Amino acid sequence: MGPETLEAKQKAAIEEILKAYPEKAAKNREKHLGVGSPNDENQKTCGDVRSNKKTVPGVMSQRGCAYAGSKGVVWGPVKDMIHISHGPIGCGQYSRAGRRNYYIGVTGVDTFVTMNFSTDFQENNIVFGGDKKLGIAIDEINDLFPLNNGITVQSECPIGLIGDDIGAVAKVKAKELDKTIVPVNCEGFRGVSQSLGHHIANDTVRDYVFDAKVNVNTSDVEATEYDVAIIGDYNIGGDAWSSRILLEEMGLRVVAQWSGDATLKEMALTPKVKLNLLHCYRSMNYISRHMEKEYGIPWIEYNFFGPSQTIKSLRKIAAFFDESIQAKCEEVIAKYQPMIDAVIAKYKPRLEGKQVMLFVGGLRPRHVIGAYEDLGMEVIGTGYEFAHDDDYKRTKEEIFRSTVIYDDVNEYELEAFVKKLQPDLVASGIKEKYVFQKMGLPYRQMHSWDYSGPYHGYDGFAIFAQDMDLAINSPVWAHSKAPWEKEG
Amino acid sequence: MQEVEKIVNGKDLFKRPEYQEVLANKKQFESSMLAINPDKVQEVAEWTKTWDYREKNLAREAITVNPAKACQPLGAVMVALGFEGTMPYVHGSHGCVAYFRSYFTRHFKEPTPCVSDSMTEDAAVFGGLVNMKEGLKNCAAVYKPKMIAVSTTCMAEVIGDDLMAFIIAAKEEDKGEFLPAEYPIPYAHTPSFVGSHITGYDNMMHGIMSQLTEGQKGETKQRINIIPGFETYIGSLRSVKSIVEAFGTDYIMLGDHSDQWDMPAGQYEMFQGGTKLDDAKDCINSSATISLQKYATSKTMKMVEKRWKHKGGFSNPVGLKGTDEFVMKLAELTGTEVPQKLKVERGRLVDAMQDSYPYMHGKKFAIWGDPDFLLGVVSFLLEMGAEPTHVLCHNAPNGWEDEMRALLDTSPAKDSLHVWAGKDLWAMRSLLFTEPVDFMIGNSYGKELMRDTGTPLIYIGFPIFDRHHLHRYSISGYDGALNLLTWITNKVLDQLDEDTKGIATTDYFFDLVR
Repeated sequence: MGPETLEAKQKAAIEEILKAYPEKAAKNREKHLGVGSPNDENQKTCGDVRSNKKTVPGVMSQRGCAYAGSKGVVWGPVKDMIHISHGPIGCGQYSRAGRRNYYIGVTGVDTFVTMNFSTDFQENNIVFGGDKKLGIAIDEINDLFPLNNGITVQSECPIGLIGDDIGAVAKVKAKELDKTIVPVNCEGFRGVSQSLGHHIANDTVRDYVFDAKVNVNTSDVEATEYDVAIIGDYNIGGDAWSSRILLEEMGLRVVAQWSGDATLKEMALTPKVKLNLLHCYRSMNYISRHMEKEYGIPWIEYNFFGPSQTIKSLRKIAAFFDESIQAKCEEVIAKYQPMIDAVIAKYKPRLEGKQVMLFVGGLRPRHVIGAYEDLGMEVIGTGYEFAHDDDYKRTKEEIFRSTVIYDDVNEYELEAFVKKLQPDLVASGIKEKYVFQKMGLPYRQMHSWDYSGPYHGYDGFAIFAQDMDLAINSPVWAHSKAPWEKEG
Repeated sequence: MQEVEKIVNGKDLFKRPEYQEVLANKKQFESSMLAINPDKVQEVAEWTKTWDYREKNLAREAITVNPAKACQPLGAVMVALGFEGTMPYVHGSHGCVAYFRSYFTRHFKEPTPCVSDSMTEDAAVFGGLVNMKEGLKNCAAVYKPKMIAVSTTCMAEVIGDDLMAFIIAAKEEDKGEFLPAEYPIPYAHTPSFVGSHITGYDNMMHGIMSQLTEGQKGETKQRINIIPGFETYIGSLRSVKSIVEAFGTDYIMLGDHSDQWDMPAGQYEMFQGGTKLDDAKDCINSSATISLQKYATSKTMKMVEKRWKHKGGFSNPVGLKGTDEFVMKLAELTGTEVPQKLKVERGRLVDAMQDSYPYMHGKKFAIWGDPDFLLGVVSFLLEMGAEPTHVLCHNAPNGWEDEMRALLDTSPAKDSLHVWAGKDLWAMRSLLFTEPVDFMIGNSYGKELMRDTGTPLIYIGFPIFDRHHLHRYSISGYDGALNLLTWITNKVLDQLDEDTKGIATTDYFFDLVR
């Protein structure tokens, strides 16, 4: 199939899909769908799509909320702090331990990531306010979990609506207990998606970790010339660990991970690093920019999915340092190359030419493209739940061919795109997984790595290749059609 | 480094020396106590096992830790998906709907359709009427459901949106293009800060039954309505139907999601099965209504008994006695003998119970879950001579604690059996240390309790995210009780093997025949 044919097919699919909507919704959705061409200077964003706007009501968007962005993504993985879901019981329960932010620690004693702390609001808390309950909750936490190094208060929808002042409660309790207590106004109705929650959470790191005194000792760590921090890696399935190993092998010292397997001390140490390494740009560019402005720390984006991007990134990082690091970087690349060659030799013949459609959050829709292409697979559609213009601009550089771009795609659209473009693999989240598996389509969850991983770095790529092969070449898909059914 | 012939994922990868070194090096930058002072961690860990900690833990009044309940709209979504071609529609912010969908999908391994009208800051200020008007229209146009069942998130409840007025306004403005006047859009207010997911189930079921039947009252038909309640076992719905069908009576199951969350492979259709809307409209004319979950349907059943004057009432067909009562109720309502098929099924169950009783008798269990689930399964444990030492219900409504106490008082071991109403699973953790049991029965949240206390977990409940296909089975009826018996007995036997497998030390008791 030539690229023109693919592009024409993609454009026709968009046109067809828009027909199902009432006029106003069609007009809105039209702006969020497009066909991206690689490095097309004429396109403002990839496919010229609009993004970060309100979701059309009633269409089954896959988006989450600001609370999910703060509690679920940015703050939740910080392991030695306790994160209170402040409000009714549901939010904390639905978001408990689903993201696979791996960490080392004794859960319930000195680390708390997979637990659920909730103020479990009742009607009287809505009517009379919940500040008093929050204060008692903080005291009880401090009694029963004495090794916690701090507490964050993650606001659910009602908090901002009933006029509670969690900031005041946090201030009083922080002083009284000599603890870092962070009030986060990440109510779910704020903004249009998880994205605002990331931003709000980033701002609270600035205000309550950098600008305030934290209760952990950081003076025992002396800064070195080779200190870096990993920013925007949530250690899903251990991703940050399989990234960290490469940075250390090339002679750098990783002082902090944000925020997978992170601790308060690591965050507090970060303003002294020499370079911030930003993986998930969308969720943590804010704090990176702040550190650049405030502490003069440069930041660079990198991509550890797939060998092509990993090599590019390693060299980009090394270029910030002296020749000894650059030499070691080349040694690292050379060390892993035979393994990567063997992985590609094994899996490429089994995966070459297979077409993929992606729909993920704020980073992976562009960052994982290279990993698929390294295996000879072809990404023909991608989109983000909660990206902004700058993400879609960056996407232009990552696509290899005409690619249908769908921002905030909903259940109806994704299903229709898949039916029309017929990819060999769909890679998205849990909510969509079984829709496509019912159709007999191989599927991989690209938020949770489908309970596998890590996928970052060289070791992660080998797992990624193995998992894609597992999905595409499993015998189970052939069973959908019964032997008595006619061909066709 | 990976070896291409034996690529391993994180489970084994991180055990390798190069990664162990990375993790050890990381500790110098950490502030968690394990990195600083492992002895202190050990000391506090030990303290959490003590009576002192237990007393403090059980006295908590403001912080909930590791709950065993969810919020109202989750139950409302379940109700909606039990009706033919019905789209659950949640008025509020879309983050909630993303959560409900993932939660059910992780349990059932099935798609869970549900929309929201994506309310945001402006709706918080001006109300969500505009969202409702657009949302209903778009939902009807794009997904073409036969019915839309509207519930609310806490955001919409706090600002006080009026669902009835909004739905009327949406229909008026649409002028029949997508939302004709007769288009069924039942609704229920489901505030998350009142009750739990079973309250939401009750409210939505009440909403659908009362609103669809408006003006439908006619001649009473010899027919039985069955309301399953917040039932997460697909097989249970099928067992119950099979029992009712054995009586040859006409019936309507109200809220039957057994096909929706158990779709065959081959193609995807958004909606499958469910209570026919014509049946739902006519359910007011049935002669009787039986609710299988008392505490998940109290408001609905009040309407059915007081206003509709239906016979029936509650019957919880979990365990032998529960199923017997259900069967006898059906025999009474239909005026027929118990069918031979059920007599044989009962006989087989009792036969199996008499085969396996030595392994369950006297064993101590901790169990948690929804109030009606607990009444059923605890009753079954008692029928087997087991001792339900800790029975914990986080979302216990009024009256449940007394009813459970009365049930436990029928056991000879009653003085050592405890009811814990309104407590969470961190409280359970203390109890498992201070007053240990042999086995736990519960959902996936028991996994951390299993790790921390070493108590084996038997997966029965909701949600179950990390074991496959259990929800496809039944825990209701005689066949369901047989499943309970099988799962529990075999876990006891697995544990017996685990305890006796020591070579040349304990394996004389590692018997081939049990």
